[in-house]
Amino acid sequence: MEVVMAESGMSVFATIGFGLFILLAAVGGAAVLTWFERRLLGIWQDRYGPNRLGPFGILQVAADMLKLLTKHDWIPPFADRMVFIFAPTAIVVAMMMGFTVVPFSPDLYIIDLNIGLLFFLAMTSLAVYSVLLGGLASNNKYALLGGLRSAAQMISYEVFMGLSLMGVVMLTGSFSMRDIVEAQRDMWNCIPQFLGLYVFLIAGIAESHRLPFDLPEAEHELTAGFHTEYGGMKFAMLMLGEYLGLILISCMMVTLFFGGWLGPWLPPVVWFVIKVFIVICFFILLRAAIPRPRYDQLMTLGWKFMLPLTLVNLLGTGVIVLWMEG
Amino acid sequence: MLNSLRSQLTTLWTILQHSFTKSETVEYPEQKPYLAPRYRGRIVLTKDPDGEERCVACNLCAVACPVDCIALQQGVKEDGRWYPQFFRINFSRCIMCGMCEEACPTNAIQLTPDFEMCEYDRQNMVYEKEHLQIEGTGKYHDYNFYRVSGLAIKGKDKGQAQNEAQPIDVKSLLP
Repeated sequence: MEVVMAESGMSVFATIGFGLFILLAAVGGAAVLTWFERRLLGIWQDRYGPNRLGPFGILQVAADMLKLLTKHDWIPPFADRMVFIFAPTAIVVAMMMGFTVVPFSPDLYIIDLNIGLLFFLAMTSLAVYSVLLGGLASNNKYALLGGLRSAAQMISYEVFMGLSLMGVVMLTGSFSMRDIVEAQRDMWNCIPQFLGLYVFLIAGIAESHRLPFDLPEAEHELTAGFHTEYGGMKFAMLMLGEYLGLILISCMMVTLFFGGWLGPWLPPVVWFVIKVFIVICFFILLRAAIPRPRYDQLMTLGWKFMLPLTLVNLLGTGVIVLWMEG
Repeated sequence: MLNSLRSQLTTLWTILQHSFTKSETVEYPEQKPYLAPRYRGRIVLTKDPDGEERCVACNLCAVACPVDCIALQQGVKEDGRWYPQFFRINFSRCIMCGMCEEACPTNAIQLTPDFEMCEYDRQNMVYEKEHLQIEGTGKYHDYNFYRVSGLAIKGKDKGQAQNEAQPIDVKSLLP
């Protein structure tokens, strides 16, 4: 299939400027999210979370940043130097690339690829290299175990993450993100594709290493998993990548299943942001509520339950689409 | 599977309801916690109702201390009273167990409901007698060791203490 970039309404400079804006907004959003998540977790666990610095404690972000920036940038002598340095950048770059295909409103997007969805899947899969290489290059048992788990988790969950979205693609008949949103004018995909949504939700959590599925870093068993040896800004980059992943998955979930920018009265961008915000809150709620499964339970859930469920969904959707066409 | 799904959803709902419950956090520096009068915090040396220091430097507190944080030296005043020449507690070792208070025969050493004794310099955690000594009587307002003990001091001879019988004169113990 030939890759086609749809004509954007914006000029080249406007597109580049918007791209930079999205870059900054995503990084800023991820930074604020670290504070927001701690506050929200606090509220759900009947405490306050960081509330001291600035209004509602929002300056905690600045304090954390300052601390991480001034930390000794240490590379363990036993680590594989080049790979160790490369690993944290990979996840940030991959996640950032993922943002290019997100349609924020009918006119606000960086590129509209005709394979947008595939591009997103490819980019999130690239992010696994960061975790894998980070774990391997650290030359540390915990890090290696974390990397190992990450690889296994990624291989298992990538399979049906892609497959779960094929139902949406079938209903739309396009991989383009804008077409997918436009096709949801009558009914959001979360109703006909509720199985797909369910599977994509779980695979998305696993993909972005969020708790309940944060086995690669599993604090209680592997100290910090793949980023045990990381400190200072490299650690910050890994965390940034993780939070970018969370935002990206939320954006995708909104675009694919909750009608993207569609909504009455308010401008499309506002609708998009509101929906993404709600999905992010839900992700944090999952973190607050659900315990981490055992490693073998994770694999069993993936292969014995999620994969068949996805295939059933795929089959059902195919049958219905064919029947509708007559 | 469905059962576990239902359980997870119940959990999510329960946690979501906690958005509206009150936080358990006590915001400490602004909001002080209640400390019972018998709370075991900073150690003080008290004085008896007459304003004399109670400590008789018997060393029982130093013996009872499980972490050996108390050091003192006994001296004798001209009137016959015992007193500590120095009395030193190393609070960086102290575990606030209250054994010294239990061991003290004169109720001199007492623990108070105060725990705010942080220091930037570890040397400052060592308290000398002048830091420990307070003017009051602490928890026991009327107790004065020398009034009830049989020890002879200036102005109070044997047998003159409260509830103390005159000493028996063994030489006049005749039938």
